[in-house]
Amino acid sequence: MGLLSVAIWLPIAVGLLLFALGRDDNAVMVRWLALIGAVASLLVTLPLITGFDVTTAAMQFQENQPWIDRFNVRYRLGVDGISMWFVPLTAFMTVVVVIAGWEVITDRVAHYMGAFLILSGLMVGVFAALDGLLFYVFFEATLIPMYIIIGIWGGPKRVYAAFKFFLYTLAGSLLMLVALIYLYYKSGGSFDILTWHKLPLRGGAQTLLFFAFLAAFSVKVPMWPVHTWLPDAHVEAPTGGSVVLAAIMLKLGAYGFLRFSLPIVPDASREWAWFIIALSLIAVVYIGLVALVQQDMKKLVAYSSVAHMGFVTLGFFIFSDLGVSGGLVQMISHGFISGAMFLCIGVLYDRVHSREIAAYGGVVNTMPKFAALGVLFAMANCGLPGTSGFVGEWMVILGTVKMNFWLAALAATTLVFGAAYTLWMVKRVYFGDVANANVKALADLNAREFAMLAILAVAVLWMGVYPKPFTDVMNVSVGELLKHVAQSKLL
Amino acid sequence: MSDFNWLIIYPEIVLLVMACVVAIVDLYVTDPQRRVTYWLTQLTFVAAGALHLGLIDVNLPYGLQDMVVSDAMGHTLAFFACVAMVITMAYAQPYIASRDMLKGEFFTLSMFVLLGISVMTSANNFLVIYLGLELMSLSLYALTALRRDHAIATEAAMKYFVLGALASGFLLYGLSMMYGATRSLNIPEVFTAIGSGQINPSVLTFGVVFVVAGLAFKLGAVPFHMWVPDVYHGAPTAVTLLIGGAPKLAAFAITMRLLVEGMLGLAVDWQQMLVVLSVASLVVGNLAAIAQSNLKRMLAYSTISQMGFMLLGMTAGVVTGNTLSAGNAYSSSMFYLVTYVLTTLGTFGMIMYLSRQGHESEEISDLAGLGKRAPWLAGVMSLFMFSLAGVPPTVGFYGKLAVLQALVTTNVPGYIVLAVVAVLMSLVGAYYYLRIVKVMYFDAIAAGTPAIERHQGISAVLALNGGAVIVLGLLPGGLMALCRDAILKALAS
Repeated sequence: MGLLSVAIWLPIAVGLLLFALGRDDNAVMVRWLALIGAVASLLVTLPLITGFDVTTAAMQFQENQPWIDRFNVRYRLGVDGISMWFVPLTAFMTVVVVIAGWEVITDRVAHYMGAFLILSGLMVGVFAALDGLLFYVFFEATLIPMYIIIGIWGGPKRVYAAFKFFLYTLAGSLLMLVALIYLYYKSGGSFDILTWHKLPLRGGAQTLLFFAFLAAFSVKVPMWPVHTWLPDAHVEAPTGGSVVLAAIMLKLGAYGFLRFSLPIVPDASREWAWFIIALSLIAVVYIGLVALVQQDMKKLVAYSSVAHMGFVTLGFFIFSDLGVSGGLVQMISHGFISGAMFLCIGVLYDRVHSREIAAYGGVVNTMPKFAALGVLFAMANCGLPGTSGFVGEWMVILGTVKMNFWLAALAATTLVFGAAYTLWMVKRVYFGDVANANVKALADLNAREFAMLAILAVAVLWMGVYPKPFTDVMNVSVGELLKHVAQSKLL
Repeated sequence: MSDFNWLIIYPEIVLLVMACVVAIVDLYVTDPQRRVTYWLTQLTFVAAGALHLGLIDVNLPYGLQDMVVSDAMGHTLAFFACVAMVITMAYAQPYIASRDMLKGEFFTLSMFVLLGISVMTSANNFLVIYLGLELMSLSLYALTALRRDHAIATEAAMKYFVLGALASGFLLYGLSMMYGATRSLNIPEVFTAIGSGQINPSVLTFGVVFVVAGLAFKLGAVPFHMWVPDVYHGAPTAVTLLIGGAPKLAAFAITMRLLVEGMLGLAVDWQQMLVVLSVASLVVGNLAAIAQSNLKRMLAYSTISQMGFMLLGMTAGVVTGNTLSAGNAYSSSMFYLVTYVLTTLGTFGMIMYLSRQGHESEEISDLAGLGKRAPWLAGVMSLFMFSLAGVPPTVGFYGKLAVLQALVTTNVPGYIVLAVVAVLMSLVGAYYYLRIVKVMYFDAIAAGTPAIERHQGISAVLALNGGAVIVLGLLPGGLMALCRDAILKALAS
């Protein structure tokens, strides 16, 4: 069993074990077991980072075995510079989520922890799969644990949110399934993604495939106008659910663009790039404005996620080194920052049981440690230099300037709007006088909460100051991808 | 070829003899649990299944002077039918015991049902098909009416009988037209006669319309679906399971025998009809299922839509006049159906497990809070629901994949549109399957829900059934290959 297989199946196995334990009377043991499982799952991904060869764009850590002979489906795994970082990132966020849910979740603890571990393994599978059907199986299977997480541990409108989440995402991916089967047919009976990369296709077929992929990935990213499930899902999901959604699940869609849309249908991608750029800019500008007027902190961060993901898709579809690498860096960075923002909201919610901005004010007076970290993440969210948020946005804007100055100018408004909605929220929540008795009674972070926020703060700063390990890994793969996209595959 | 080849009908002989034996033995059994009869029945089903399994590779194509055919497809389907009956009986035994239905009739009639199925899967002659069909149907009508004092069940039985008789009439009428035109009842001879091109096509088309209508009724495809919700709802759950499980395999078998082996030359005609039937079934079944509050009714409508999906695979066999894709298309349908039956067995088994004397547990709301009351049962039920919805990694996904693949690889735009329609309708389907999961996990336990009567044996069967759904979902290759081989051999002969 290869490294990637272990990274996929270890958390799933621990998750299933937790499901089997299933009772709340041994919650303490369940929590520790979940933590050990999550940490072990993170540790097994570390050789990926240390053993990764940054000089090649070829797939590394490959595994290749027959799976379903009838359709020539193979259990084929591997990572390149595009996908590698997401494997440890997923495992890392799972550790954070387990810590975040430690005392907060008291109902069906085993199921909660188990669901997140299984979800973690499935998401690693999505990033590591090199077989179209294997990818699809993992991609779809992630819906089940998330549906359960939102539905059981979510807020008052959780059922509505869970259904909306599931059906929206399923609608998109079912069309992709038809596209995958079509590619299987066209390639003479192969589900191998790398074979598909080389497959010549007619213009009309490329366009249809492009839109089928767009249906799946745009919902997942989510892009405007199919983003409406995200605020609902985020608001109703428990803190851990929001963290995983924002930090990893949204990236599955963006990753899909790089693994499927761009290399498999490059001509259609170039032809329709204006369309994606337009949608991305709408997401950046319009959703930024929408975020400005939110009353609910989680909703605000959710809309901010949509805007930030708009940056990612913008970067991908300007077809330049800076754009694509910038988009990838933005994906990783947004994973840390949005995860941290949702954790901060969770910390407040656990104490006051409200997510309304108006319910707070002057938190800094009673929770100084928390406020310091919270402000740091907020600054990172608006892209302050020195934090990870800056690197990706800056790269994407730089790439866009080379293509068209006015597009870049429009994209750069995010720095204004991002700062506006984030800082305004910070002002209203953290600063000012103590607003009410609830805030007065707040206790500062305990050790567990401090630990989970602190490791994220370190990650955010590290990536902001020294992004080289991330960009080095991507460089060659992104270069190869762009070379590939530049060549026509038309029949 | 006029040999008798008794060997290939050993399973049928065993079933017939044992059905009589059980009927007689039951007279002398006073044991309130009737364990002897139950175990004798199970033993017979196992024996019949083993015989069918052993006969898959025996190379004796025809028997009883060409009345029956012995091929891999027939024996494989019959084998799965036996497995389905064993599982059905296991689920049903405690259920019927607590409802005063644990009589010899139940077992004898069930054995006749399986005998009918067995005859149908190996029929090589129009009349043998009809014989098997009637044997199965009449036994099922009687089983539905087994609770004489139960108004809804009796009504369902009447409805089932009247509409079923009508459908049998359709089928018989269609077959008589075919006989008139081709001067043969023997399926291969009919095939040759149609292929000769000497026969008036309008007579054949006329005949095939009636045949398809009759088959559509048995499969429960729209617009011949009216009986399905009422019978599924009205029949005692044990009998619903009998109707919804193994007989579907038989219906598929006679569809293959009649339409493919007999009338492949008319594929252009019947494929168009099947397209209409399947799209209508997908739409009506899925949309109507949303509105149901009764679980059995919902599953009935879901069955209609699933049959529509299965039939879609049958439509892709002959594309622009060539039959290259036939094996692919029909084996996809077969795989879809086998996996569907497996999942349905578990679903109804679960309903029976949760019910008890005076509490049928057939409303969707009866499942409320099951995730808390019985996490294992709720987990297994969720697996069934996700499988019916076609979400990976459950086996239902691969059934859908196989059928969609058969449609898309025809590379005809019309079929690709069909595939898109199918996935959109399965999106609608996902909604009501998910609703079950929602009720089990997200809703609070309703007051006054009686405690679940635990039964070790049955819960083990349920767990195995759920395990099969997930294991076949992770490793579906073997079953797919089995279906493919069976269909390819059937087509080659």
